[in-house]
Amino acid sequence: MSLFSRLLNRGEPASGRVAKDRLQLVLVHDRIRISPAQMAAMKDELLAVVSRYFDVDSDGVEITFTQSKRINRLVAEMPVLSSSRRGCQG
Amino acid sequence: MGRVITITSGKGGVGKTTATANVAAALALNGHKVAAIDADIGLRNLDVVLGLENRIVYDIVDVVEKRCRVRQALIRDKRMPELCLLPAAQTRDKDAVQPQQMVELCDELREMFDYILVDSPAGIEGGFKVALAPADEVLIVTTPEVSAVRDADRVIGLVEAAEKGPARLIINRIKPDMVRRGDMLSTEDVLDILSVELVGQVPDDEAVVISTNRGTPLAMDGAHPAGRAFSNIALRLSGVEVDIADDMKPSGGLLSRFLRFVR
Repeated sequence: MSLFSRLLNRGEPASGRVAKDRLQLVLVHDRIRISPAQMAAMKDELLAVVSRYFDVDSDGVEITFTQSKRINRLVAEMPVLSSSRRGCQG
Repeated sequence: MGRVITITSGKGGVGKTTATANVAAALALNGHKVAAIDADIGLRNLDVVLGLENRIVYDIVDVVEKRCRVRQALIRDKRMPELCLLPAAQTRDKDAVQPQQMVELCDELREMFDYILVDSPAGIEGGFKVALAPADEVLIVTTPEVSAVRDADRVIGLVEAAEKGPARLIINRIKPDMVRRGDMLSTEDVLDILSVELVGQVPDDEAVVISTNRGTPLAMDGAHPAGRAFSNIALRLSGVEVDIADDMKPSGGLLSRFLRFVR
């Protein structure tokens, strides 16, 4: 829950909503069978690769799984700091 | 040729046996020939829920080990002559029946019945696999709770992997007041999370406890909300379209409310 919506809502969200959010999160991991540690390692490796080509704001990187109709999708969000493309090192 | 429908859940205690007993009773009351198989070997319960525990002579293990013929082990319900129970063995363990034996047994029953309902044990181990092996279709029972929904998701995946899918869902023990307050996962929430087809939603109903105490399936008496929901599920299984919202309607007019009151 974001700070903004928390300010709007004040109180705690309804427990049914909490249950749904928690379930969606836990099922992502159940379904893909990857541990949080493996996720973190993958994030670091992805970041390392992309950083060879772009200046990436490493604090803003978000790797998430989304799902619809029982199909999982890996979504990587990496904020690029400058529009200038780095020289290819290879 | 009869259809084999396996009822399973992953998590225990969500109402698999209650659902099996009531859907079986409702199908039988609609004139279909139904066999209900208790596949929970070692933890026999479908017999007591159906009120047939005093009539058991042979069980499923006797049949697969060829100590009796399947007709000798089947118990015909005198209240609903279209319904037969094949009880589990109580003193054996789960591996007393192998998947292939279950397939052969159900193939024999297909010749005699329109529907063969298999009440699966909880869990995802051997007993579940035995119950899954003969299935033409699979119904997953869950309740609107995080643990039950999580386990249901796991089982839905296993059913798909076994090429028995897509499984369909029964959401049991919904408390409409709590859903309204936002304190219970709604049917829509559960379907959002699991992305499967719903075959019925069953309101929480004290009458289920009472009917289980007595060994009289609720579906035999349409006056109770849960009984009505199970009857609707039976209709949907036999191809009749019933609005899913009808499952949660407080059932009965004044007369049936009065009858419930005086009983």
